Amino acid sequence: MEKVLQVSDVTIRFGGLTAVDHVSLEQYKGEILSLIGPNGAGKTTFFNLLTGVYQANEGEIVFKNTDVTKMKAYDRANFGIARTFQNIRLFTSMTVFENILIAHPGCNQEKIIPSVLFPRGMRKKRGAIIEKCQDILRIIGLEDMEDELAINLPYGKQRLLEIGRALATDPQLLLLDEPGAGMNGFEKKELTNVVRFITDVMQKDVLIIEHDMKFIMNISDRIVVLDHGTKIAEGTPSEIQSDEKVIQAYLGSGTFEDDDE
Amino acid sequence: MNKLKTLQKLKTFKISPKNKAILLAVLVAALVAVPFIITDKYILHIIIACFIYSCLALSLNLIIGLSGQFSLGHVTFYGLGAYITALLMMRLNMSFWLALLISAVCVGIVGCLLALPTLNLRGDYIAVVTLGFGEVFRLILVNAIDVTRGPMGLPNIPKPSIGSFVFDSKIKFYFLGLVIMILVIIFMKRLTASGFGMAMLSMKEDEIAASAIGINPVKYKLWAFVIGAVIAGVMGSFYAVFMGFISPSSFQYSESISMVSMVVLGGLGGIPGSIIGAVVLTILPEALRTFSQYRMIIFGAAMVIMMIFKPNGLWGLDKRVRNIYKLNNIRTLKMKRGAKDGKSAASI
Repeated sequence: MEKVLQVSDVTIRFGGLTAVDHVSLEQYKGEILSLIGPNGAGKTTFFNLLTGVYQANEGEIVFKNTDVTKMKAYDRANFGIARTFQNIRLFTSMTVFENILIAHPGCNQEKIIPSVLFPRGMRKKRGAIIEKCQDILRIIGLEDMEDELAINLPYGKQRLLEIGRALATDPQLLLLDEPGAGMNGFEKKELTNVVRFITDVMQKDVLIIEHDMKFIMNISDRIVVLDHGTKIAEGTPSEIQSDEKVIQAYLGSGTFEDDDE
Repeated sequence: MNKLKTLQKLKTFKISPKNKAILLAVLVAALVAVPFIITDKYILHIIIACFIYSCLALSLNLIIGLSGQFSLGHVTFYGLGAYITALLMMRLNMSFWLALLISAVCVGIVGCLLALPTLNLRGDYIAVVTLGFGEVFRLILVNAIDVTRGPMGLPNIPKPSIGSFVFDSKIKFYFLGLVIMILVIIFMKRLTASGFGMAMLSMKEDEIAASAIGINPVKYKLWAFVIGAVIAGVMGSFYAVFMGFISPSSFQYSESISMVSMVVLGGLGGIPGSIIGAVVLTILPEALRTFSQYRMIIFGAAMVIMMIFKPNGLWGLDKRVRNIYKLNNIRTLKMKRGAKDGKSAASI
């Protein structure tokens, strides 16, 4: 199988604290990989390393056969790594549609001179971009709310909108940071459908951080478990469920049952 | 109940494109007619000052309102434009238009240079750096007596001309100012409705989220400063030839403060807001002249009351036209739209 992402021995330290300690993982094309671990395990920090919010102290990140370790966040986004945020970061004074639109490279890489001097000449190109964005709104099921301000959406819809915004950058790899947090059962079902659509129909690779074990076990092809910044296990959902180390990290003892919130 | 209904009606009230065109035509006609109806030189002078300050407020709004960099040094660009133009015209006998172009380029470069050290700063720190920059600039004007004649200022700046047509009266300057202002407004309108302007706005709202979707914040911060500086520089050039005399006292930091007040009063990020703010804050001090010693008190009180009851300004981002990008480009879309079946993955 073809590797999309290869992370080798990535480490980051904040002062004396090693938040991510020599973590290696690879993601293969077409798979949904999940990253789980107790609170403070370094999952989000790891995401920040992948997307360039932080630069790794050690190690190497190879994406699409290119070393992206030293790349800036916006370059990585343009290169095909998109993400959502754990604490939602939408552009609140913009509408739902604009949140998607601004993520589309055709829109946010617009040059200043043509867009100011010849806006009419750009109609066709812009029209195509608008079409594309409306397609994405349909995927996440928000096509009826495109004129609403993003901040007025219910919580679950805001999470979906963030996924839509990440999709609009036309990424190869999509990093979802707790996409299901704060969602009710129905919304989680919607989310599952959207993630499946992204991988199966749109052929994108998804890396998820999530706490809801039911959701994770149901959706992932493979799972990586982090604890205290180090990788403690890796494998299929059933392997992880019976892994001693994982169970210990989470509970000391016990099982993953009824994690329904 | 009735009151509620009318309120709702007011809220959803929209001007149709046709009526909008008529309204715009009437407005332009009125603006053209003004100098022929009002012959009072003093009033005409204030109106031209309104044009200048509107453009300055718009350009500062680009820096503060759209890109989120709280600059307190806008007068630097304004003054620099004025001085470069005046000096080129007086010392090198250059024509106004060429001097305007050169000064615009120079001011743009200075804008870029000023933006560089502020790139990694936030909010208040940008304000302090730009404020310091403005003071340095003013002190250079005062002390470089060989070049700027220091506090004596530069008198007898030549008037601009096109062929044998010389801009030598207030009416002619009125129209020159009007044309410049309309151009600046069109520029700002197109910019804010473009992907470029929206990228700037998203960068202002959340830099991390903007980088995560491929927007380089540094690029937009620099551009905001450069464009804002160039517009302010052009207005400075216009001011120099319009007044015929410039001195460092016209470019003190209090000017920057009043420009910021215009932007904040008008509302951050709104084009009509900046114009309203500029017009109000240019006319109000003049209108209150009759109260002489009390006018600054009234002025200050008005500002305080404004900020308490309308902290977002008169016409800021909250009144921004939603989905303007889509509205502007929708014509080519209408045909395709109906054809597609709107099925979402979420509802499968």
